[in-house]
Amino acid sequence: MTPIERLARALMWIAATFTVVFLMTPLFVTVAVSFGSSSVFTLPPPDWSLRWYDRLTVTRGLWPSLLTSLQVAAFSTAVALALGTLCAIALVRGRFPGRDGIATFLISPLMLPGLVVGIAMLQGFKAAGLREAYASLLIAHVIITLPYVVRTVLAALSLFDFSLIDAARTLGCSYPAAILRVLVPALGPAFLTSGMFAFLASMDNYPISIFFTDAWTKTLPIQMLQYVEENPDPTIAAISSGLVLLAIVALIVGDRLVGLRKMADF
Amino acid sequence: MKAWRDPVALLAVPAVAYLLLLYALPLAWLLAKSIIGPGGLTVQPYLDFFADPFNWRVVWNTLSVAFWVTVACLLVGYPAAFALARAGAALQIAMLVAIILPLSVGVVVKAFAWQIVLRRDGVVSQILVALQVWDEPQRLLFSEAGLVLGAANIFLPFMILPIYSVVKLIDPRLLEAGATLGATPLYRFARIMVPLTLPGVVSGVAFVFSMSVSMYVVPSLLIGDRFQTLSTLTGRSFLFMRNEQLGSTTAVILLALAVSVVVASGWLARRLGSRT
Repeated sequence: MTPIERLARALMWIAATFTVVFLMTPLFVTVAVSFGSSSVFTLPPPDWSLRWYDRLTVTRGLWPSLLTSLQVAAFSTAVALALGTLCAIALVRGRFPGRDGIATFLISPLMLPGLVVGIAMLQGFKAAGLREAYASLLIAHVIITLPYVVRTVLAALSLFDFSLIDAARTLGCSYPAAILRVLVPALGPAFLTSGMFAFLASMDNYPISIFFTDAWTKTLPIQMLQYVEENPDPTIAAISSGLVLLAIVALIVGDRLVGLRKMADF
Repeated sequence: MKAWRDPVALLAVPAVAYLLLLYALPLAWLLAKSIIGPGGLTVQPYLDFFADPFNWRVVWNTLSVAFWVTVACLLVGYPAAFALARAGAALQIAMLVAIILPLSVGVVVKAFAWQIVLRRDGVVSQILVALQVWDEPQRLLFSEAGLVLGAANIFLPFMILPIYSVVKLIDPRLLEAGATLGATPLYRFARIMVPLTLPGVVSGVAFVFSMSVSMYVVPSLLIGDRFQTLSTLTGRSFLFMRNEQLGSTTAVILLALAVSVVVASGWLARRLGSRT
């Protein structure tokens, strides 16, 4: 090995170690602070305690906002899975012009500034007479979740061999049964990963949701940012640790079902 | 059967109609309203916007922060993507977890954590004092450096993953062939690796840059009102100042910036693709 190759190898190692430590830092800090007894974020904490978790039960507005977020995320992910899968089938199987353009159009909400999309929708909904915050949130979040579904299911479908459905039909399956027993299982991993990322994206969204909240309807990120701005204390870290735990569960489930490497496909 | 009468195409109708009606139409309307004044077409709002030196400052803030975040992500992400592609099983799993896990945790959570990390008694300050880079603890929170550091942390996975997806496809024998033909390691890197990884770099840079241009939560938590970007100014003018005229103008400028990054990167990617 020449010195330059050794240098390159060392550089790669340093970058790898730094990346792991750097990327995990915010998560470690959040969890550490949440179990500390200090209210001023001292690290390492002087003593360990669960007092911030006790506070969760009495934090005003936390549980309603979590419930709102879960409902909105579940609804929008379900709608996005249905609309997105149908559309992906059309794009893969269809022979009509402009399919690439349609795919780009459906994925474009991912690439545009959320704030701008939110403002445009706010004004559009207002003009259409829709003023109800909760309904607006449901409608808007489908646009957040749809790109994740379209992108992943499209990729999975382009690898699917549609003659398998014909084979099932030849072997005596009815058409719906063939779809249900051949196509759906083949797309299962794609549904799960895209559904998971879509759900998490909806749970996390701030820049679009902020325009569709009122005094009664708030999503979790909006409620959390409000806490951070009003009185930052480790209660927020305790909520955050809960979300980290949710992410860890999602990661383990994803790893079991499709494998980590596949989840990193971009 | 005519191509446009393909019945399978009907399956795309619900999704496309949904997006056209509830997303494309409002965006088009926002755009139209910003250039249609009481007396017909006008660019007056934009002239007014750019006549104010404060707004130039805002545009400059937006672009310079996005630039530095992108540079930081590229410097760390490029070698990290190679490490991810070439690492042994254990390190690869550690890296994949470290990349995917933060992606599934919300931006508010991470930005809040960086508020703690960047304090005067925070981790970064302690490290820099221990390394004797700084003589005494300093506060990075509410500074541009702190903002760049926090944003780079949040967007780094979007640099690593696209580059990784290209690096893992490169045949290692290409480098060996280069070596057999007498190329020095540096020459091989510059003439084989860099051109082959360029498409990944382009898409990573486009992701990180456009996300940094449009980030809203991160600057509002890490730097505050003193430092306005196009995105925070847009948000503020709608949510707090009730100045929809200003907000629409900055929103359209932001949209134009984001779209031009996407279009430019798409064009670059196609050019790179056709060359190989």
